[in-house]
Amino acid sequence: MSSDAAQDGRTGGTAGGGRAGGGQAGDGPARTVRVVLVDDHRMFRTGVQAEIGRTDETGVEVVGEAADVDQAVTVITATRPEVVLLDVHLPGGGGVEVLRRSASLMADPERPVRFLALSVSDAAEDVIGVIRGGARGYVTKTITGTDLVDAIFRVSEGDAVFSPRLAGFVLDAFASTDAPPVDEDLDRLTQREREVLRLIARGYAYKEIAKQLFISVKTVESHVSAVLRKLQLSNRHELTRWATARRLV
Amino acid sequence: MTSAPPRPEASYAPAPDPDDPPLRKLYRSADGRMLGGVARGLAGHLGLPVSWVRVVFIALFMAEGMGALLYAAFWFIVPLGVGGVDATRANASAAAPGLLGKARGRTGRKADRGQILALLTLLAGAAVVASKFQLGRANAYVWPILLIGAGVALVWRQADNARRAQWREMGRRKGLLPFVRGAAGVVLVGVGVTGIVVLQSSVRHLGMALQAALAVLVGIALLAGPYLVRLTQDLSEERLMRIRAQERAEVAAHVHDSVLHTLTLIQRNAEDPREVARLARAQERELRAWLYKPEGRGKDEEQEPDTLAEAVRKAAAEVEDHHGVPIEVVVVGDCPLDERLGAQMQAAREAMVNAAKYGGEGGAVQVYAEVEGRTVFVSVRDRGPGFDLDAVPGDRMGVRESIIGRMQRNGGTARLRSAPDGGTVVELEAERLPDDG
Repeated sequence: MSSDAAQDGRTGGTAGGGRAGGGQAGDGPARTVRVVLVDDHRMFRTGVQAEIGRTDETGVEVVGEAADVDQAVTVITATRPEVVLLDVHLPGGGGVEVLRRSASLMADPERPVRFLALSVSDAAEDVIGVIRGGARGYVTKTITGTDLVDAIFRVSEGDAVFSPRLAGFVLDAFASTDAPPVDEDLDRLTQREREVLRLIARGYAYKEIAKQLFISVKTVESHVSAVLRKLQLSNRHELTRWATARRLV
Repeated sequence: MTSAPPRPEASYAPAPDPDDPPLRKLYRSADGRMLGGVARGLAGHLGLPVSWVRVVFIALFMAEGMGALLYAAFWFIVPLGVGGVDATRANASAAAPGLLGKARGRTGRKADRGQILALLTLLAGAAVVASKFQLGRANAYVWPILLIGAGVALVWRQADNARRAQWREMGRRKGLLPFVRGAAGVVLVGVGVTGIVVLQSSVRHLGMALQAALAVLVGIALLAGPYLVRLTQDLSEERLMRIRAQERAEVAAHVHDSVLHTLTLIQRNAEDPREVARLARAQERELRAWLYKPEGRGKDEEQEPDTLAEAVRKAAAEVEDHHGVPIEVVVVGDCPLDERLGAQMQAAREAMVNAAKYGGEGGAVQVYAEVEGRTVFVSVRDRGPGFDLDAVPGDRMGVRESIIGRMQRNGGTARLRSAPDGGTVVELEAERLPDDG
């Protein structure tokens, strides 16, 4: 399970366009993001570390690693990173348990710890589960180093990162049903949000989406963040079903 | 995946066993026995020649049938094992020694019949002894009480036997005999209680008799309760183990073989990165199909797909295998395939082939399919150099004919354009046929 995408495929690439700070070739990154890796596969941690850990090139500094839930909570509390790369399937209760026990750190107004979920899983309930648990993004482990760095920076700035697959799940979950929405604001996606998600699912980067829809990248980001908020707060039947299918939330 | 199954009794602490003190060393001999193996077992236990013990028993038998009573008591109480030998050592190869606080040797159906025989002998002996005493008026109670005792004993033995049967992994055979024995025990108890009433031949004491009966039944429940609870626990435990074993066998059949096979091939093709990538992708797909499909089993890739999502995934899988370029598929919604959608799938497949052939260098091909109401939309996007449709080289005439032409003939549309940041996007749109034909 190496993250070393030899065929440099943008497999499961994020919808990230190049942005200031994130893995830009040239005169080095503008700032450094402190990251903790949480994954029970040592090989995977080593691979990620090798790909993104060259701080002077990527701007990512790996300040800690953990292999299970208890370790993760300890390390995160001790190091207070800006971003945690969190594996969905972890011994000791899974990524969701780490999220649950780090709730106060996530909510810290000064220096919030933000989570980006990584997984090999294709199961909707896993994906939706960690997002509802508070993760600000979800990418598959086949993501390239460049895209991962990009996603880390995006999450560290409080934006959301959707892989094409997650976008697909969200569109599915919010698909027009006959059931009347309980909460008009949360249970429906706007036309614009739907368009943005569709383009993410089709493999477009944020920058491309902005060009395609004639809006700014900032607007694309705010649409995605709005969708994330709806995902986390909506009580739509499908979301709840997915999230509780494995007692994830 | 070769971890040993958990020991059946690991999940709960076995309750102390009143008729099985854990440190008992005396067993009846299963080998070379004449009747119940008592004499041989006792001989082994005491370190005496077996003939001496037999002589003593026979001598005692002459004395008021004492020998028979004693022998029957031993037969009934002492478990069958390896007479006189330290059983755990003798059974070192037996599964899970100490499973029941002791290890028992071979027991056959012979022992089951033997138990009943032993019981009858015990009863006869007890009756002989009882008749020696002057019981006076209480004499009327002796037989009923003996019957009740026999009933209780039968229920006891049954629970114990069933547990032993499970331990011997004979839990699979139909449990008719234990059931019959249990029923017999209950009937005997009933007969005994009724006997008391009948012998009293008066209705005056009926209330008392019923109370007595109730007391007897409660007593039996108390006696047999722990065994029955443990029995059901044992059985459900065993059922769980069997389900687990089946599950594991199924996973192994479905997945492990092909995973191992692929890993072997990867090792043999280590110097051909393209082939390695292709093998790994194919295996990953298969595994994912198996893991994440609803009800946990993927369709065989050989089978003809009958819904849109399946068709898209199948086409992507084939192109991926053939061209060695990863294809990411996202499907939103689903619907059954019809003629028009079949044509759309062929066009989509052609688009994937083009994307893999001419845009595969730029990374994975992204395929997105969506069913919204009557409309089916498919997008295929690569990150290759892109191309100008007006200046299409000859070998890409396939695009005009097999993608655009095909969609138009089937009442759909096809659009080719360049993606904003490079690469080519093919968008196919079709309306589903009306359901009524």
